[in-house]
Amino acid sequence: MRGAAATLRHELIGLSGVLERNAYLVKRYVWWELAFFVWSLANTLTIVFIAKGIHAAGGKLDVNRATTTLLIGAVIWSYLGVVFEILTETVAWERWEGTIEYTFMAPLARPIHLIGMGLFAVVYGVIRTAVLFSVIAGLFSLSLGGANFVAALVVLAVASVSFIGIGMMTAVLPLISPEKGMQMGFIAQGILLVISGVYYSVSVLPHWMQWLSTISPATYALRGIRHAILDGYDVGAVWGDTWPLIVIGVVAIPLGLWVFGVGERHAKRHGKLKRSG
Amino acid sequence: MTAVVVENLRKEFLRRDADRSGLRRRRRRVPALEDVTFSIERGECVAILGQNGSGKSTLVRLLSTLLLHDGGSAHVFGHDVFKEQRAVQRLVNRVSVEASFFKKMSSAENLSYAARFYGMTASETRERIPLILDRVGFPTRRRRESMEHLSRGMQQKVSLARALLTSPVLLLLDEPTTGLDPRSKLEVQDFIREVWASHDATILLCTHDLAEAEALADRVGILDRGRLLCLEPADELKERFRSKTLEEAFFAATGREFEQEDDAERGVFA
Repeated sequence: MRGAAATLRHELIGLSGVLERNAYLVKRYVWWELAFFVWSLANTLTIVFIAKGIHAAGGKLDVNRATTTLLIGAVIWSYLGVVFEILTETVAWERWEGTIEYTFMAPLARPIHLIGMGLFAVVYGVIRTAVLFSVIAGLFSLSLGGANFVAALVVLAVASVSFIGIGMMTAVLPLISPEKGMQMGFIAQGILLVISGVYYSVSVLPHWMQWLSTISPATYALRGIRHAILDGYDVGAVWGDTWPLIVIGVVAIPLGLWVFGVGERHAKRHGKLKRSG
Repeated sequence: MTAVVVENLRKEFLRRDADRSGLRRRRRRVPALEDVTFSIERGECVAILGQNGSGKSTLVRLLSTLLLHDGGSAHVFGHDVFKEQRAVQRLVNRVSVEASFFKKMSSAENLSYAARFYGMTASETRERIPLILDRVGFPTRRRRESMEHLSRGMQQKVSLARALLTSPVLLLLDEPTTGLDPRSKLEVQDFIREVWASHDATILLCTHDLAEAEALADRVGILDRGRLLCLEPADELKERFRSKTLEEAFFAATGREFEQEDDAERGVFA
């Protein structure tokens, strides 16, 4: 019992080290953070203006609702990008800095290492997304009086578990292929963008894509958050989108850890766990 | 107690040939280590000499749990390196040729998070980091400066501090002084000597610096093209090969000059 407690303490201290390191990096690269935030802001604005553009061209639509729908799509997509990017950096950034060997030879359980990266990604992503959402909602003077932000946050929190699981699977790609892994991660992210109804309803997709959208956690996250913000659904009312996220999360985390473990063994077998790749 | 026991350790890597067979490049297996056998007693300092590509780094990376072997065995203080990786990781730390830090972060930040992975709390590191930096001769007033502003010698001192902060019982030094100016080199060597004397550490030093090996190690081994040709005290090595210097002994053992490298082999085993 005492041994288990000591092990747990050791792992929790290790997890705090992962969070601490990422916090240092954000602090040290603060201008990069600012530049990426401005880029995300500009990108989101470009998308959100589409609703006004259609209205100005004579299209009939509820501008406030369409703008909010697009805004939710853009900020959740940005959030997903941040989570995936930070998890992929588990390997890619470490290889770039040359620290990968020191981190992977440290007595830190890989699940704790990856979950630490995921936790940081979620906390950082939620703060960044909230700021992005608030700035743009303010710029467009969106009417969000009926929005249930608590329900939206609950859906996002549950969805994040699945995102972390999928992120673990993409994080392994730079480990297996130092040159192409990062780019392959973008492919996975791009596929999620197409099939999850980020800017449109999944009902407009071809039938086979609609089937794929049912296994993407982003589909349920976007639908649930839109219901919560646009229609004021409470936590109980978004259950229809929350339970699939729980199921996907329960599968995605162990699967992600397993995939990463297989990738790590492959890298150790073939000598790819090193700074130069 | 025996600190390290390595028996018939083998490691191969797949290497892509320049020639193509259809669309794919042909691959062949290149041995990096071939049936390497040796042991190190607790508290001993053993140097392994070898040229670039001789397999020194492969050996260090195998003992650091960063590689899986293709045959043989390796034990660190009785723990199987390939089956009990966590137990081995708690006992081992290393200093490699590249200092390897997050360059924008300061030395204190780099040491702080690294120590956390070994179970050290924030209060412990706050207390120990200035002490350990002072001990390696790093000016503690510079501990908040980012690593990119530090000289190579300073970075290597921080690297030594990182390894010692976690109190490893086996210290793996992979060319720790390569690329350092003569003064920094001597400082690092002095510090290794001090740690060895005061820290109850067992040291495996892989180097291609003959003088360093002779000055620091109890025994010196010659690793050539993945084969450990001999491992004995430097004097016995010279006597066995009837040489006046280690360089001559190396030449007698391998049939090649120490500085001579085969371009085709270079980097393959690193």
